Amino acid sequence: MTAVEAAAASGTETVDLGTTPLRELNRRLHALATEDGPRHWRVFNPDGAHAVACGLDADVEVEIEGHVGYYCAGMNKRATVRVHGNAGTGVAENLMSGLVVVDGSASQSAGATGRGGLLVVNGDAAARCGISMKGIDIVVRGSVGHMSAFMAQRGCLVVCGDAGDALGDSIYEAHLYVRGEVAGLGADCVEKELDERHLDELRALLRTAEIDDVDPASFRRYGSARNLYNFHLDHAGEY
Amino acid sequence: MCGIVGLFCKSAELEPHLGHHLGAMLAQMDDRGPDSAGVAVYRNPAPSGACKVTLYSADPATTWEAVCGELAARFGGAEILDVRAKHCVLVVDTDALDAEEWIREELPELRIMSAGRVIEIYKEVGRPKEFVEAFRIEDLTGTHGLGHTRMATESRVTTEGSHPFSTGFDLCLVHNGSLSNHNRLREQLRREGIAFQTENDTEVAAAYLAWRMREGATLEEALNGCLDDLDGFYTFLVGTADGFAVLRDPIACKPAVMAETDEWVAMASEWRAIAVLPGAAAARMWEPEPQVVYAWEKALA
Repeated sequence: MTAVEAAAASGTETVDLGTTPLRELNRRLHALATEDGPRHWRVFNPDGAHAVACGLDADVEVEIEGHVGYYCAGMNKRATVRVHGNAGTGVAENLMSGLVVVDGSASQSAGATGRGGLLVVNGDAAARCGISMKGIDIVVRGSVGHMSAFMAQRGCLVVCGDAGDALGDSIYEAHLYVRGEVAGLGADCVEKELDERHLDELRALLRTAEIDDVDPASFRRYGSARNLYNFHLDHAGEY
Repeated sequence: MCGIVGLFCKSAELEPHLGHHLGAMLAQMDDRGPDSAGVAVYRNPAPSGACKVTLYSADPATTWEAVCGELAARFGGAEILDVRAKHCVLVVDTDALDAEEWIREELPELRIMSAGRVIEIYKEVGRPKEFVEAFRIEDLTGTHGLGHTRMATESRVTTEGSHPFSTGFDLCLVHNGSLSNHNRLREQLRREGIAFQTENDTEVAAAYLAWRMREGATLEEALNGCLDDLDGFYTFLVGTADGFAVLRDPIACKPAVMAETDEWVAMASEWRAIAVLPGAAAARMWEPEPQVVYAWEKALA
């Protein structure tokens, strides 16, 4: 019995993207917003396809067995999407709610502009992770690339490894937690004190992300110096 | 969009299968660049004192035996190594500069795709998957190779406007992105005596590298010069006789993934192109940092 047949026999809805067009998969998943249907799906042979399981709006769990391309689980609401592989550019872009987990690494702009929900990347996330985040929480087991949390407005970015250059450039009120080295802070981003309130927030996020071997007290917190909020001639060069 | 792939064999056991893997990688990038495709491979160095050229003829009536005969008559010796679609690879008993000048002068109906001692370039318009088949990329061997699938932005869809671009001996470039100061830079390079075949932006970047290296810069110095002198966005993959190098612009919005095992080093626009390689699941994988030159080299046999 193949993996696809085994999953089908277990009652899970299975879709083989080697034989089923991507649009058909997404159409069936979208229909769950208004219709009854299977609540557990496994998708085989994604083969790096773009926009897999994009735009879901239902209490459903989708497991993707392999690597996905751009914008996987973009605009997701309520659903849980698990990628058992690596993800390309813009995974969980504009996440509204729900959970997206990437077992491998994610390319640039992971969780960009997300408004809610949680994105967990168990490998590394590349450049611009959490760019313009507006309420999403992002937990990265590895490191993030340059310009992460650029113009981050709300939500938390937790990085268990290192952060690249220009972290948190032009940041608003998002909370950034980094355990390793920060190559450089962006304009108006500064290190801030890590108090009990932040430790609680960090502890809860790590627990939800199922990361239990990392001490919350070993992180450092970064946030906005709030010097760029209002135009000031002395800062003209930084805008 | 465009797709880039590159494969460098660390292990000699992989070299006979270079084309097989490069073709599989290129096929994964088919939908990133449906307009044209091309590869450069490095293999079978020409004997000392001789050079290797890849020629292209748009005219199906061209007989390569006749071309070879003319080259042999002029230079004392020439031999056809390979013919694939409208391309022919020849070894000529002279240096690359002489061969190139003479072909340009005497056989102007032919295009010189590459010249040097080890490089071969094949490129054509059309879907990458069809290219891989028509050019039998599967059976190419070599120490390293580069490939490109093109979604045209800056110039027409032609064979000449396809990547890889070569303007220096054994040097080639594939590019994802677009340059905005290529017209002015092309004029400056023309004044330095560099010849251009197209209005394409990538050809200007390739020419820039060739010019800097002609003036004594190392590949790494020439690439670092790009950061100052090229305006635009780019992920570059550069092939040389003994290796390849990767460079991304300071913003690095054009994608690039790299991976390395004990057997190979690979670079591609997306992970799925690397995922088809043997042992990819266990490879060390990362996305190259902006403004950092990553280079691998191998001593020539």
